[in-house]
Amino acid sequence: MKFDSPAGPNPIDRLKVVGHATDRIDGKYKTTGTAPYAYERHDVAPDAAYGYVLGSAIAKGRVRGIDTASARRAPGVLAVVTTLDTPRIARGVMNVAYLFGGDVIQHYHQAIAVVVAETFEQARAASFLVTVDYAPEAGQFDLAVAAKTAEPVPADSGEGSGGNGEERVGDFEGAFAQAPVTLDATYITADESHAMMEPHATVAAWEGDRVTLWTSNQMIGWGHGSIAKMLGLPKEKVRLDAPYVGGGFGGKLFIRADAVLAALAAKQAGRPVKVALTRPLIANNTTHRPATIQRVRIGATQDGTITAIAHESTSGNLPDGDPETAVNQTKYLYAGKNRLTAMKLARLDLPEGNAMRAPGEAPGLAVLEVAMDEMAEKLGLDPVEFRIRNDTQVVPTQPDLRFSQRDLVGCLKLGAEKFGWAKRNPKPGQVRDGQWLVGLGMAAAFRDNMVMKSGARVRLDSGGTVTVETDMTDVGTGSYTIIAQTAAEMMGVPLDRVAVRLGDSEFPVSAGSGGQFGANSSTAGVYAACVKLREAIAQKLGFNATDAVFEDGEVRAGNRAIPLAEAASDGALVAEDTIEFGKFSKTQQVSTFGAHFVEVGVDLYTAEVRVRRMLAVCAAGRILNPKSARSQVIGGMVMGTGAALMEELAVDTKRGFFANHDLAGYEVPVHADIPHQEVIFLDEVDAMSSPMKAKGVGELGISGVGAAVANAIYNATGIRVRDYPITLDKLLDRMPDAA
Amino acid sequence: MKSFTYERPSTPAEAAAAVARNGQAKFIAGGTNLLDLMKLQIETPRHLVDVNGLGLDAVEPTDDGGLRIGALVRNTDLAAHPRVRRDYGVLARALLAGASGQLRNKATTAGNLLQRTRCPYFYDTAQACNKRQPGSGCSALDGVSRQLAVIGGSAACIATHPGDMAVAMRVLDATVETVDDAGAARKIPIAAFHRLPGDDPSRDTNLKPGELITAVTLPKPVPGTHIYRKVRDRASYAYALVSVAAILGKDGSGHVAFGGVAHKPWRVEAAEADLPQGARAVTQKVFADAEPTHENAYKLKLAERTLGAALNQARA
Repeated sequence: MKFDSPAGPNPIDRLKVVGHATDRIDGKYKTTGTAPYAYERHDVAPDAAYGYVLGSAIAKGRVRGIDTASARRAPGVLAVVTTLDTPRIARGVMNVAYLFGGDVIQHYHQAIAVVVAETFEQARAASFLVTVDYAPEAGQFDLAVAAKTAEPVPADSGEGSGGNGEERVGDFEGAFAQAPVTLDATYITADESHAMMEPHATVAAWEGDRVTLWTSNQMIGWGHGSIAKMLGLPKEKVRLDAPYVGGGFGGKLFIRADAVLAALAAKQAGRPVKVALTRPLIANNTTHRPATIQRVRIGATQDGTITAIAHESTSGNLPDGDPETAVNQTKYLYAGKNRLTAMKLARLDLPEGNAMRAPGEAPGLAVLEVAMDEMAEKLGLDPVEFRIRNDTQVVPTQPDLRFSQRDLVGCLKLGAEKFGWAKRNPKPGQVRDGQWLVGLGMAAAFRDNMVMKSGARVRLDSGGTVTVETDMTDVGTGSYTIIAQTAAEMMGVPLDRVAVRLGDSEFPVSAGSGGQFGANSSTAGVYAACVKLREAIAQKLGFNATDAVFEDGEVRAGNRAIPLAEAASDGALVAEDTIEFGKFSKTQQVSTFGAHFVEVGVDLYTAEVRVRRMLAVCAAGRILNPKSARSQVIGGMVMGTGAALMEELAVDTKRGFFANHDLAGYEVPVHADIPHQEVIFLDEVDAMSSPMKAKGVGELGISGVGAAVANAIYNATGIRVRDYPITLDKLLDRMPDAA
Repeated sequence: MKSFTYERPSTPAEAAAAVARNGQAKFIAGGTNLLDLMKLQIETPRHLVDVNGLGLDAVEPTDDGGLRIGALVRNTDLAAHPRVRRDYGVLARALLAGASGQLRNKATTAGNLLQRTRCPYFYDTAQACNKRQPGSGCSALDGVSRQLAVIGGSAACIATHPGDMAVAMRVLDATVETVDDAGAARKIPIAAFHRLPGDDPSRDTNLKPGELITAVTLPKPVPGTHIYRKVRDRASYAYALVSVAAILGKDGSGHVAFGGVAHKPWRVEAAEADLPQGARAVTQKVFADAEPTHENAYKLKLAERTLGAALNQARA
């Protein structure tokens, strides 16, 4: 099905199942331990041996030799595969660093060997017996230094959500010079780790020249093609299966070393092998959100009309790596005639920087929305009002391009009302509650709404059960449930008559989970397949497909009503289709909007910051399942709070690695950090987004949160910290005298 | 984890002897720290002597009005003990500020005293660390040091003792009771129990090889407000950046020890007379010899302000 005109009325609009707060249908399996994750697939590979990955002890250089003799003699050891035994393996989709093979070390904890043994403990113990001879080389590990020689990202690079490396509109410099009120400030965001619960893990098993990988991956389609290429096999000889994924946040968009090494090790050992990356390897072997240095300049008239806005960002990466596209949202969010957005990319020898939840917008809004707060103060305007004054219904860089829907103002106003914003004291440092300095902060949220083509297969059997198969993944987001809701709505059956099977490369290729495109795109794919199935059923039962109503387990038209299952009485009916989004979807700008409001307390003595309450108001099209959508948003708010207050991969700039490479050192928020959260969804449908009229929320939830926290800290203390995370050491010197 | 042998002796002296006669043996009680370190081959004992069966799990009053805490009393039980809650609030609060409920259920009094540093370079076996591998050097000195010691360190090591309980015991003037392989008992004041790193950071304490902790005794209760204020980047389940264990009167007089700043709980008794004058007077003396890195110099101001918070609480 081509999506080439705005969605008209369709069966989803009935909202008998879609749009209702629905418990996750996989929830009972998760909570009872019966949803097996990749490393637990004893059912499919009961005889799997254990692979333990050894990471490079140097950040840059070459491996001269690897002595595995002692390890091979250690108890239980079945095989050792080293990077020197293996020609350099091709990179898969989105890989920047090479994952294995050859003698070149590009970053710390790059995989250099996998030791395979009968037990995990034996493999780990033997890995300590491997000795490696390195030829280290000097590298560049310090973004502050590398930034000085960073190269501009070319204007036509295509980096960013539909944008380019550098974009100019009007005469920014001239307008900024003439603006009566200006801000010019530079900010830093930190390297962050996805730190998902489930580590990267794979079980690999060969049958002849065919290999199956039970793995943990967000994008089965990409992964399938990638691992086939990496192993030099035709795609038909490879199967990838990831029915349950314990979080990814962008860290599992692509094939990583666990999958490659499990496949190589299983071949070498002659039996199935399972490999999970240890926590230290997750920090330094996989990917992370790169740190940025961002400069924002805003010029405005006295009444608060923005006349000039510039946002520039510098980040670093390995060769062939991309920049963190932190300037994206600045092309879309506020009006202003004269504009500049630009990025620079520095060469770093740290582990690979890549996508993490709301790449671009998460660190970009964390900066832009603080700059807006600073500017509002300079103008003597309420921060909410300043944003409302600069709202736009067209894309500022392309005035002919309208937003399909944009109710940012509605989000801001409703949020302000529900949060009690009017009670905020605009003068910072004035509100005390015992030992706490209390402040309120807010920020706008923006995230583009990407769409990806997505396929599904739907089957009606004689028992009346509808089974959906698609390689879509559920990374803890609720995909199983919204796909079941979609099929139930389309086929007119209750939710419990729908079975959903996900994550298998033998199913139709879906959008996958990423870029907050998964929910809308994958359900649209299911919608398309269901339209076909409805046609087949109608034909079978002698109805005209356009007249037939699928409802209450029946197909009806005129005076006829026939049980749905009857259509399959002499054999299951199967339909498959893919939703494809053509150029039409670019005729309007489809984006998601929101507003975050945060109250913090800052300890008068210690400068510890504790969030007291949070509110997000989101405008993101039709909300398919308010319960799982809310979970997505509150999760994003937690993650944004982490980025604002504590999350930072601490770079050892001398040795070239992230030193705090476990969950004791890399702190993420715990329950005690997040006392109260509320989420409101505006009642929207967006016919430009897909037949579902839905958009994504999983990344909108994190976008802007950090700035709202930072602005609340400023309101509480009068201290502006432009360097994330805002830990107490950055506040302490400027805290008021407590004695 | 390297393979190891294992035994369960039946008396403290037997346990001490079992460790003393095997140069690569370790006691194991709760195992909440040792097992993790063994998995990472930071600790590689070839023999484990399990002391869990030795009793040593009673909390009893002493003749002089104090309290004797068996070495194997679990952190959860100690924090909940009525005498501790009533008379040694600083200790109960310190215990509950540490780790998580699950860990406190397993962790023992003696094991808590012996927990090892959380320096990131101690934990990464590819990096130089004199504590883990004597003579290899110290990567922390010019590395990531935001969490590390500001005072009492050396050119060989700037690790901190990571615990909370010991800081409270330090301000309470606790005594560590031990038995050696000959069955001889010894009493070590808590001040002399943990070491500074000097040129041998591999040794955290002054225990002799095989010497087994049997109990910790607390003197009779000290009146005043018992405060344990732990400062950290998140609200729970994190090591202290700085902590203050204090017993203070309404006029501010009393006793104070600091955690998160040194290789041992840090207390300078001579500075305590200045407590009524306010936090700065005290911390200027307590940290007079501080040598922070550029990443952890904030701890000096934080220590002062955290003590200020404690004094404010005591005066309220």
